[in-house]
Amino acid sequence: MEHYISLFVRAVFVENLALSFLLGMCTFLAVSKKVQTSIGLGIAVIVVQTITVPVNNLLLNNLLAEGALTWAGFPEADLSFLGLIVYIGVIAAVVQILEMTLDKFFPALYQSLGIFLPLITVNCAIMGGSLFMVERDYNLSESVVFGLGSGFGWALAIAALAGIREKMKYSDVPDGLRGLGITFIVVGLMALGFMSFTGIKL
Amino acid sequence: MAFDKQEAKSVLLGPIFNNNPIALQVLGICSALAVTVKLETAFVMSLALTAVVAFSNLLISLIRHHIPSSIRIIVQMTIIASLVIMVDQILKAYAYEVSKQLAVFVGLIITNCIVMGRAEAYAMKNGPVMSFLDGIGNGLGYSILLIVVAFFRELFGSGKLWGQTIFQTVSDGGWYQTNGLLLLPASSFFIIGLLIWALRTWKTDQVEEKE
Repeated sequence: MEHYISLFVRAVFVENLALSFLLGMCTFLAVSKKVQTSIGLGIAVIVVQTITVPVNNLLLNNLLAEGALTWAGFPEADLSFLGLIVYIGVIAAVVQILEMTLDKFFPALYQSLGIFLPLITVNCAIMGGSLFMVERDYNLSESVVFGLGSGFGWALAIAALAGIREKMKYSDVPDGLRGLGITFIVVGLMALGFMSFTGIKL
Repeated sequence: MAFDKQEAKSVLLGPIFNNNPIALQVLGICSALAVTVKLETAFVMSLALTAVVAFSNLLISLIRHHIPSSIRIIVQMTIIASLVIMVDQILKAYAYEVSKQLAVFVGLIITNCIVMGRAEAYAMKNGPVMSFLDGIGNGLGYSILLIVVAFFRELFGSGKLWGQTIFQTVSDGGWYQTNGLLLLPASSFFIIGLLIWALRTWKTDQVEEKE
């Protein structure tokens, strides 16, 4: 149990996908103008991440990895080079299914997420989560925890940035720095803040 | 198709300063920043991305009349993913050390918004030659930013360029006290923020409206 809690905390704070690996930056910078929308997007990312990372983990271990096809009679097959195409397919499919499910059973939530749901397909944080899972050899239960934690960390970061940007409307920023430029610098300062979690072990 | 030299030039060179994908279109920042600690990895990464954008634009533009619009995203994704797998395999075969350092970031080219964005915004509407040039142009715009950031980070962060020592660091008995901040991911945000500031002071039409 301790192992999982430590993995979760690490995924949320120490190895925050947005602020220490700089993943999912396009949406991170573009959709962080209002707190409400960014929380909606954050929740969607948590859900998708928690589903896709374990699903990709199952696919990797049962179909793609070296020797994984032994049960089908191909002990020496190694399909790991197909990984990227499979992961992105899974992500696109999960997002699509999630969209249809929400539309049918939770129309209110579906309305509030709107355009952000399909956008998640091309969010590098989701793809990055799956790729880190592969690189670090997580097993199934670890990948559930990692998916949940990394999604939560991303959501936390975008909600925090949106809060700062809402306040920043009142400040007088130099012309050339207004908008994108100052946002970059704010994100840099946030990343420094998150770095103070480095080294924490439970 | 008539080949217009003037247009070709603007398509190729426009994205470098006037319409930079990172500084103006907010595309493709995702995977880029983490690989800029060293000039070498940044260079390989930009090369890989330029190749992928150029060829994905070319291929998508070639078959653009045959793609039904309802499934175009999946088709584009498949083309891009196949190209990225090729790049990944080539890197593993010929530049293994660099590919180890780039780790997951080569795979993340798939979800790099530049590739997807250009395919959707340009290649679906224009001919193959122009799309190819547009891909190269945007790849260059991305590369130039990446390389400038990597230049500053490697030079001032570890006193080296391309692995060669430029400033003799204090720990090696020299005079240069390294700036450890520049080795951290956070520093690339500051450098890009300042670069955008510089670019917009030079090209004032890019300044954003007051809210």
